[in-house]
Amino acid sequence: MLKEFYVIVGGPAGLGVMRTGYILAKTFMRHGYWVFGTNDYPSIIRGGHNSYLLRISRERIWSHRNLIDFVLALDKYSVLKYADKIRKNGRIIFDEKLDVDLKLEKKFLIKIPVSTILEKNRAEKIMTNSILMGSIMALTGADIDILLKVIKENFRKDIAEKNILVAKDGYNFTLNKYGKLYSIEKKSGSRKILVTGNEAIGLGAIASGMKFFSAYPMTPASPILHFLARHQYDGDIVVIQAENELAAINMIIGAAFAGVRAMTATSGGGFSLMTEALGLAAMTETPIVIVLAQRPGPSTGLPTYTSQGDLRFVLHASQGEFPRIVVAPGDINECFEKTVEIFNLTDKYQVPGIILIDKYLAESHMSVDMFKDEDIVIDRGEYISGEYFGESYSRHIFTETGISPRAIPSTKNAIVKTNSSEHDEYGYTSINPKIICKMIDKRFRKIRYMERENIVKYKIYGDGNILLIGWGSTKGPILEAQKILGEEGIDTTFLQIIYLSPFPSKEIHDMLTKYDVKIDIENNFTGQLAGLIMEKTGVKIDKLLLKYDGRPFNPMEIVEYVKEVSG
Amino acid sequence: MVTFKDLSTPAKNTWCPGCGNFSILNAFKRAIVKLNLNPEKILIISGIGCHGKITDYINVNSIHVIHGRVLPVATGAKLANHELIVIGFAGDGDAYSIGLGHLPHAARRNIDILYIVHDNMVFGLTTGQATPTSPLGLKTRSTPFGVIENPLNPLALVIACGATFVARGYSGDINHLTWLIMEGLKHRGFAFIDVLQPCVTFYNTYQYFSKRVYRLEDVGWNPTNRLKAYKKTFEWGDKIPIGIFYKGREETLVERLPQLKEKPLIKHGLKTNISKILEKYL
Repeated sequence: MLKEFYVIVGGPAGLGVMRTGYILAKTFMRHGYWVFGTNDYPSIIRGGHNSYLLRISRERIWSHRNLIDFVLALDKYSVLKYADKIRKNGRIIFDEKLDVDLKLEKKFLIKIPVSTILEKNRAEKIMTNSILMGSIMALTGADIDILLKVIKENFRKDIAEKNILVAKDGYNFTLNKYGKLYSIEKKSGSRKILVTGNEAIGLGAIASGMKFFSAYPMTPASPILHFLARHQYDGDIVVIQAENELAAINMIIGAAFAGVRAMTATSGGGFSLMTEALGLAAMTETPIVIVLAQRPGPSTGLPTYTSQGDLRFVLHASQGEFPRIVVAPGDINECFEKTVEIFNLTDKYQVPGIILIDKYLAESHMSVDMFKDEDIVIDRGEYISGEYFGESYSRHIFTETGISPRAIPSTKNAIVKTNSSEHDEYGYTSINPKIICKMIDKRFRKIRYMERENIVKYKIYGDGNILLIGWGSTKGPILEAQKILGEEGIDTTFLQIIYLSPFPSKEIHDMLTKYDVKIDIENNFTGQLAGLIMEKTGVKIDKLLLKYDGRPFNPMEIVEYVKEVSG
Repeated sequence: MVTFKDLSTPAKNTWCPGCGNFSILNAFKRAIVKLNLNPEKILIISGIGCHGKITDYINVNSIHVIHGRVLPVATGAKLANHELIVIGFAGDGDAYSIGLGHLPHAARRNIDILYIVHDNMVFGLTTGQATPTSPLGLKTRSTPFGVIENPLNPLALVIACGATFVARGYSGDINHLTWLIMEGLKHRGFAFIDVLQPCVTFYNTYQYFSKRVYRLEDVGWNPTNRLKAYKKTFEWGDKIPIGIFYKGREETLVERLPQLKEKPLIKHGLKTNISKILEKYL
């Protein structure tokens, strides 16, 4: 019985490493497992080394672990790279023709006559991955039919047929030559889906009634563009690939001003180009949503790796001062839920909103319970639809809450004027010092009401003497570390901060002062959250566990650090 | 019936007396009145520079945006509600310097908007520097020894990029300009009008242009041939043509989106069922 096991697929770019990982993840999910899959790849289209690490468990899991039971090696390099890392009872599956001299015991090696199988089926070399997938089905005692069905769903018909033939041969060969090592059974459970953070945000946007999306490709945010483009008809949205990020954000401002919910997605470099227009959205009080999937910077940095280096950047981006909403989902479910939430908040407060994720969350696959859209409430705030019944409409009228009821161009009996220059209530340019102050006060007055919103701004997990603090994708590895520590008798509390702006200062302050040992855990060099906490609460966190090598935390790194400081 | 007065606003006009912008403003208002367009259905967008103040002076829906970004804002607005009549105003600095990157794309998308460029060949609001249309050798505050770069031919550029309505106007000929704007408003697809105008403070070309411009209609120009129109844009010297260089009917961006066939995006329901999409991720 396999309660929890780990599979790594390795090979050069272009041989389907990612697709293999995804198909296996789906296949095991359909056996009733929880799965978590994450990739590691350089910015290369052909060659290099790509890997997809898959964790498969009967229990709910939150992140990867750097453990390996099975290796599907698509080249010699992958065999050598992972050979000495597999755990006992693990296996390396590879083409028998790969010339590798391993000092491993023979029983670890599953050699497959790849070329014979390919020739027999007149299949191409690129289908090697399907043979190896068939093989692992045999070794784990999984249901080959589930794999074949997933393959069928994921390839064009003629290509799927060939892949199915070779996968079957890989399965049969392994069964005859090596036999089953395990016998996993299919368990039925709740209906699950396998999505990435990017896809969950795309789904959340469609479910929120987002109608217009424009973006320029940039890793690791491009999959949001791909997802929304693919589903534009079913999702009833318009998707435009803009000529650059300047165009992307300005297009969504135009669309939002005209009255539809609109979004863009990018990474740090693209967001750098968007910063001026971020201010335009703020100045014109036009609600827009920007997804920023972080990767390490500065400059081009590490395009295909992960980082949390842009927190301070998004909090302060663009000239001048204005309120903004910044939310950092920590897992796939939150990617969906918080996207829905930020669309309502940005509409209600007529401010720009930023969803801050990173490559690790953006591109990792996780099985989650089916998203539900029937309970979603779409709140457009003070939105005048159809006709204005007042005397003379003014787009930026001064109000108690700072929120001016919003009409859109084409509203009957309303002329809607807004302005990038500081302006009066009607949207006409103004340099009057009284009006300037009143307008700035009005925009900032909204923060008071935002802060009172009944939304989940942070979450607390566990109960111990040591406080772990994090934001965004580190949630997964921290929860895993918390579990491992708990099993060893070290109890911890984990504080996950979800809203970075407006920041829940008082609640966080009260929480922090209860703990003597506080550890801030972040994927950056300077401990940006710790700095923000210091600024907002006056509480200094002296223990920082920072990782900035472009890789997500392995839960064991957190476990080791906590043990060390709690000594 | 919309009147000229309906289109006025209480904002105080701060353009220099004699500025070419007044003609563009008046020609635009006249065109709206003549075509009897509903101000509630019109959205104008302006960029940064002297021209940008135009949104303050016309009583229709408007958004005055950041430097160079008129076209993407206009494109987004038109896609969100294609029942709106969307007009972008930009200066030559806005359109051809900082915002040039958007122009070829608006043209090749054939987005159904009218783009009017106030081309006075100089930056006005930043007190007189050269722009991409300043003539070679022009002495400005940023080019005290004369411009050393060749000027851009904006009409040739947009024709090459696939614009379906390409025209040049002159602020000194307001009747002609009014007609051009009316034609541009009636056009389906990306309509582009470069308007030659003097900057009375930093580069007064009034005499220069008045002596040289002639109307293409007066010489029986046939604007249906793209290649001939392209060639014609290079006529620049003792005689400078104004009028419609090229006009054609092609599918617009909105027409290529089946989602927009029945009604504009703004009229689509917000509640979207995602269960069909989720099926693919089971």
